[in-house]
Amino acid sequence: MLKRYPLLIALLVLGYAFLYLPIISLVVYSFNESRLVTVWGGFSTKWYVELFQNGPLLRAAGLSIKIAAINATIAVVLGTLSALALVRFRRSRGHASLGVMSAAPLVMPEVIVGLSLLLLFVAMEDLLGWPKGRGQITILIAHITFSMAYVTVIVQSRLSHMDKSIEEAALDLGARPIKVFFTITLPMILPALGAGWLLAFTLSMDDLVIASFVSGPGSTTLPMVVYSSVRLGVNPQINALATIIIAVVALAVLIAAISMYRQELKNQRKA
Amino acid sequence: MNQIHSATQEQSWATSEEEPIVRIENVTKTFGSTYAVDDISLNIHRGEFFSLLGASGCGKTTLLRMLGGFETPTSGRIYIDGQDVTHVPPYLRPINMMFQSYALFPHMTVAQNIAYGLKQERMPDVVIRERVAEMLALVQIEKLATRKPHQLSGGQRQRVALARALAKHPKILLLDEPLGALDKKLRERTQFELVNIQERLGITFITVTHDQEEAMTMSSRIALINEGRIEQVDSPRRIYEFPATRYAANFIGTVNLFNGYVVSHENDMVLIHSDEAGADILVHHSQLLTPDMEVTVAIRPEKITVRDHFIDEPNSLNGIIKEIAYLGDVSIYHVELVTGKRVLFTQPNVLALAEQPLTWEQEVSLTWSAYSCGVLTQ
Amino acid sequence: MMNIIGRLQQRLQPLVPGKGLITALPWFWLALFFVLPFLFVLKISLSEPQLMQPPYQDWIREVEDGLVTITLNFGNYMMLWEDDLYRGALWGSFKVASISTLICILIGYPMAYAISLAPQYMRMPLLMLIILPFWTSFLLRVYAWIGILKDNGLLNQVLMNLGIINEPLQILHTNIAVYIGVVYTYLPFFVLPLYATLIRLDNTLLEAAADLGARPLKQFISITLPQSFAGIVAGSMLVFLPVMGEFVIPDLLGGPDTLMLGKLMWTEFFSNKDWPLASSLASVLLVVLVIPFVIMRHYEQKLADREQ
Repeated sequence: MLKRYPLLIALLVLGYAFLYLPIISLVVYSFNESRLVTVWGGFSTKWYVELFQNGPLLRAAGLSIKIAAINATIAVVLGTLSALALVRFRRSRGHASLGVMSAAPLVMPEVIVGLSLLLLFVAMEDLLGWPKGRGQITILIAHITFSMAYVTVIVQSRLSHMDKSIEEAALDLGARPIKVFFTITLPMILPALGAGWLLAFTLSMDDLVIASFVSGPGSTTLPMVVYSSVRLGVNPQINALATIIIAVVALAVLIAAISMYRQELKNQRKA
Repeated sequence: MNQIHSATQEQSWATSEEEPIVRIENVTKTFGSTYAVDDISLNIHRGEFFSLLGASGCGKTTLLRMLGGFETPTSGRIYIDGQDVTHVPPYLRPINMMFQSYALFPHMTVAQNIAYGLKQERMPDVVIRERVAEMLALVQIEKLATRKPHQLSGGQRQRVALARALAKHPKILLLDEPLGALDKKLRERTQFELVNIQERLGITFITVTHDQEEAMTMSSRIALINEGRIEQVDSPRRIYEFPATRYAANFIGTVNLFNGYVVSHENDMVLIHSDEAGADILVHHSQLLTPDMEVTVAIRPEKITVRDHFIDEPNSLNGIIKEIAYLGDVSIYHVELVTGKRVLFTQPNVLALAEQPLTWEQEVSLTWSAYSCGVLTQ
Repeated sequence: MMNIIGRLQQRLQPLVPGKGLITALPWFWLALFFVLPFLFVLKISLSEPQLMQPPYQDWIREVEDGLVTITLNFGNYMMLWEDDLYRGALWGSFKVASISTLICILIGYPMAYAISLAPQYMRMPLLMLIILPFWTSFLLRVYAWIGILKDNGLLNQVLMNLGIINEPLQILHTNIAVYIGVVYTYLPFFVLPLYATLIRLDNTLLEAAADLGARPLKQFISITLPQSFAGIVAGSMLVFLPVMGEFVIPDLLGGPDTLMLGKLMWTEFFSNKDWPLASSLASVLLVVLVIPFVIMRHYEQKLADREQ
């Protein structure tokens, strides 16, 4: 039907150009010999070499990956529980408030989340003696709090599109509720959990504002290093870093697409 | 339930002395302020093919789901094989269900689907494998054992769902609109297969359907449900020939209804005067009716014989053919009586002629036997 | 026997760590780490700053044995009200958030609509292309615009080489750069929910409208647009709300005349170490955001109900 509206196609193409031109420019200039990002000085990979000799940045990247992975795992567990509660236990106590609390982090400005958590941590240290100072633990708690909201949305949408009688059939065949969850529900929502994990990982890797508020000495994350470098202007090393991240994401998407396509082919052949 | 017609029945489950396999006692289920099921009591006997028939939203599915354990009655009790199961969760009931959507586990193969219930019983693998093979053979899908549900056609999925529900040899199989998702030809063939399987295994089948033809073909007995209440429970033949209520008469098949009042009742013969019919009607009826009682006479269209001129006899009505619907095997004729009331009758199309003997605006006389119509009091 | 087990299970239901725990665990996490902190923001916003660690005075103080004084300090709020800087920042945030939301609608609606009209096999890839930038770093994507927009950046070079302009345009460190950055970053948030609404619309409605004589444009205006209104509102709020407090984009792309709450709060907190003032700014922002949040929830609920 789209074919009949050439104007719409043109707008779509322009939209994609808007989304992708900046990304492409990042990649291109990462291979620029010249330090002046906008002047083409010939092809070079020297910024990649420099990047891999940049100790503080690599350490920050390592810390970010560690926090992101732990965050994603815990956020998936909590987000799945919250999605289950929202979709399946509509009559349980706290249902309405849980709905509001798990939707709000999605739109809450980061500066508020960061500041409020910092004040909480300061007060908690004062009253309970925990957490001692600010660092990886406080960043992790902050990240889990907003990541789980995203996981909730993804899992919730999968759960609410699931035919409820499939779980009833399992109950009917003699499986107890816990067993139904692990043998039927969980395998069926697994793709959503995977997507949720990756999203939570990305969100954590990407967060500058909240981490800035709740981090302490010795817990500098990758976005914090990038930010302090970027504030001083364009830096080709950052372009190189961006290119690596883009390559990893593109590769992951490509692998996912190919495996999905293969699965599709296999199914067609069988049927 | 008020059964007007005394039973000189062909085979009566209702009078059976044996403990029924399902006993539903005064079960009510409300959702908020609406009554989905309203004080239903019902016995279902071992080996029956029992149908819950009714329009959508009449509460039949809710009743079935209460048998399966997916809903808890608001009040009343349900017994299965003599045991009170009102509050027993689904996974502890000796009942299995075939769901309307089939509810096959999408991430498991056909064989794994069928084995799922057996695995919950922790049966040895050898036994499970044997039983799965047996079930695959029963529904004739041996070749599909390693397929995933999304690689199956609608008919094949239906078979997998049936095999999965039968694998545990349940005492009762519940079927929610078992043939609803199939096309007409496949549905007709599957009806007989279901009955064959039921007879071979001797398991009690309880099915929910909105399709009267399906219920008539397959069931030993039918419970007709309307607005959460039972209208009538009877064999397909009796429910058609002797409907208990106006709703029952109208729901199953087509019927001509004449409102009137009792003039006299002697020797099992009731004389009823109907202003709608503009005549007196004589009906064979054994239960005593008092004069002046308001009743309705029900006559099925195929019980009417037609003559091509006006006559003046008991149980005969004169009118003019206004419309003819040609259905191939039969034709339906709409006759307008002198009183303005429309009456339907059917005639088999015996002769393959373009010119049928009966035609529009023709004067006809409709008659029927006193033994082929019924009296409805509610 | 079955019945006894069944009854027992029903009785024990509240004690078994099943349903209850499933709701309770995420509930307590969010209550503790999301809702409770706001109370501390409110509390600190009513205290006086001091040059100590932490840099604020508790307003409940024990002066002597058992003697407690409570000093509430509304000075911060008074200052927010009186100082042009803060009112300007609130207005600036509101302006940037609303105009960016509008631009997102203008760019995003045709995109979402076009994808929903695309042939089935193309929809998933097209959608993936919308989501994909989201998976790469947000910070780095904003950074990319510095290289494009600065005086000797990509855009100015292209325009000058084409002879459209003679000397570079000053775009970076202006509000225009902020708009570009915000729209660029938040566009996917608008397109995705809108697409989800559009794809569920009943196509036969359009066919019915066409059958009754409506031309394509009229079909769109009288059927598609009103039917997708809930999706537009839900998507708009996903842009508007976070942009109100946005820090990174105005900080990196904006200039001295870019006044926004998020940036101001950051400065008060990190540069001026004035926690109480930053807290009162956060409280004001929070209160301002309640109404759009309620609107968003309302339309999200509407969309969810439509699905069932």
